[in-house]
Amino acid sequence: MNRSSMSTRTAVLATAALALSALTACASAPQGASGTASASAGGSYTWWDPYPQHDASSAWAKRVDACGRQAGVTIQRTAYDTTALTNQALLAGQEGNAPDVILLDNPAVSTLADAGMLSAMSDFGLEVNRFDKNLVAAGELDGKTYGIPIGANTLALYYNKKILDDAGVDPASIKDWASLTTAMKKVKAAGKKPITFAAIGTEEGSFQFLPWFWGAGAQLTQLDSPQAVEALTLWSSWLKDGLAPNSVISNSQNTTWEEFLTGEFAFAENGTWQINSAAGADFPTGVVQIPAKDGGVAPTPTGGEFITVPVQKDTGRYDVTKKVLECMTTPEGLVETGTTFAYYIPSTADGQQAILAKEPSLKPWVEAVRSAKGRTSDNLGTDYPKISEALWTGVQKALSGAASPADALKQAQAQAKQAVGD
Amino acid sequence: MTSLRTTGTVAVGGAAHAAPPRRRARRRARRWTAFAFLAPLIVYLVVFYSYPLYRNIELSVHDYTPRAFVQGNPEFTGLENYLDILADDTFLRALRSTAVFTLASIAAQYAIGLALAVFFHRHFRLSAALRAMFLVPWLLPLIVSASTWSWMLNSENGIVNAALQAFGIGQINWLTSPDTSLLAVTIANIWLGVPFNLVILYAGLQNIPADLYEAAGLDGAGPWQRFRRITFPLLRPVSLITLLLGLIYTLKVVDIIWIMTRGGPADASTTLAIWSYREAFGTGQPDFSPAAAVGNLLILIAFAAGLVHVRLQRGEDRA
Repeated sequence: MNRSSMSTRTAVLATAALALSALTACASAPQGASGTASASAGGSYTWWDPYPQHDASSAWAKRVDACGRQAGVTIQRTAYDTTALTNQALLAGQEGNAPDVILLDNPAVSTLADAGMLSAMSDFGLEVNRFDKNLVAAGELDGKTYGIPIGANTLALYYNKKILDDAGVDPASIKDWASLTTAMKKVKAAGKKPITFAAIGTEEGSFQFLPWFWGAGAQLTQLDSPQAVEALTLWSSWLKDGLAPNSVISNSQNTTWEEFLTGEFAFAENGTWQINSAAGADFPTGVVQIPAKDGGVAPTPTGGEFITVPVQKDTGRYDVTKKVLECMTTPEGLVETGTTFAYYIPSTADGQQAILAKEPSLKPWVEAVRSAKGRTSDNLGTDYPKISEALWTGVQKALSGAASPADALKQAQAQAKQAVGD
Repeated sequence: MTSLRTTGTVAVGGAAHAAPPRRRARRRARRWTAFAFLAPLIVYLVVFYSYPLYRNIELSVHDYTPRAFVQGNPEFTGLENYLDILADDTFLRALRSTAVFTLASIAAQYAIGLALAVFFHRHFRLSAALRAMFLVPWLLPLIVSASTWSWMLNSENGIVNAALQAFGIGQINWLTSPDTSLLAVTIANIWLGVPFNLVILYAGLQNIPADLYEAAGLDGAGPWQRFRRITFPLLRPVSLITLLLGLIYTLKVVDIIWIMTRGGPADASTTLAIWSYREAFGTGQPDFSPAAAVGNLLILIAFAAGLVHVRLQRGEDRA
């Protein structure tokens, strides 16, 4: 009797202990993780980036390792998908176990900086003057710089040389919107499809629309200005006149590129990252800058990742982090990053000289990056994502025929104003 | 929950028969034993059900900006998020789209599923193989079927438009026109849901005794009458649960719509679930609080549907 109740009691205690330990394990997991991180302070640094396509054996991973070794530590690298990375970073910030370095897509920098998660570069004495002003701007918030670009990419118009030759179009003649539209009409008359771009209802849609929006002289603070309406009217007239396929409304930049590679399209709006793919296409390709409405080069939005340094409890870690950051951004380092990523244009003047010496054909891209503009610049900061959502919704409305360009943008402006207001 | 209650009764019942002197001690010991057996389940329920639900409600009554999310000091706003959502233009549109998408989906899925189940119930040659083929939509990963559907419905290069053109019907912008995008995602979703309905209803048909049909046949009932007077009424309980599960599944569909249209163009295919997802994860700026509020509204709708089901079920049991 006694024995059996003893064993029952033991069983009860054991089960309760098990349950309790399971509970505490759940509750304390974050602390446990941050504990291990600081315990290994001397040896191991954590690094997150949005490049899951580069695995541990890739040139990129080796470069990260090398910079760690140079600073005397090993770097534990974890790669996430771009959108997942922002969410992971927010969660880590909440739990207080953020990694030492995060490579962030540039519009996310101001969001995380505003959350108080990132340390400013000046806090640990990293010099930011050598980086191109227009590129660093995306990492600035209220006069402080929270990240440095490891390289930049932007948009231009790729063209299919064969189609343009057959249609009798000289790419050099494309100077403004009118000459571009004329060229596209010639292509259509020659029986080919003139242009494809991505107007999908995501950030990519806004990214692709911005060169035209800015090229007309519009500002993100006023989405329904007459200039903005002109830009959107240009896009919707292309759809209406059959110069661009209707599917652009749901096309991502990748889909657009696939379409261009079929050899059916004369022009495709796409980015630096397709340089290698364009070189490997079955037809000769070339690049022209996106023209502004009345001539000249339109400001294109900068893309690309920023190195950011999340706030750490143990401020002693910043010294090593600084060394790692410096290693990643030497001119040689930037060129190496640029070629690893096929292609990233270096974010400093020295780096740009160095990559041009190696690859002179990148000249139009270097120029495009120099005239490019950060999406969160003009001190839009954390307001940008909200404005952008309103903008791509407006673009979608106009292109799908749900509203006229003017009405769509009027609604977009109202939506943006409401979203930014609170 | 049922197992929980049974364990409790057994333990208490056992204690009642114990010898008087040690009765109290034993009863306590047994109670502890009972509790020990329950503990894992309770822990599981709390960790995986109660806490997330609590957290969702907590998110929805605070103003969680990314900054507040990281610093853990959100402002308490009460029902403001809910009021904002109800006042938003998107709400009525999303509610309507959700109703159309859900009702059209489950009605068509049920009708097609039932027709196929009755068809396959006749056991002709190759029926097993054909039935297996109907399960394919269920087996495919959603990303595959949704991408395939969006290729097929592509405005310029899609096979659907190519086929329609052969009959002289002009280009339909399935996914890129605000008039058709909801229809397009509904069609894809119906296709996805048919196998589920087919399997459940087919299983239900197996439970209807064959002699009923025989007797009805002897009484001179035709096929239609046999379906109306035997199959349909006897399938009622199975039908009810199929429809309820279909409703709950369909209410919270995000993936297929997100992959095919992102809820666009111009919010034309934005359901409540898509709206919630987009607020939380679809833009550069996560807005967890309104997303959680929309999510809670969805839970309420599903819960209401569950209550209706329980009521219908009770009526069934009494009858």
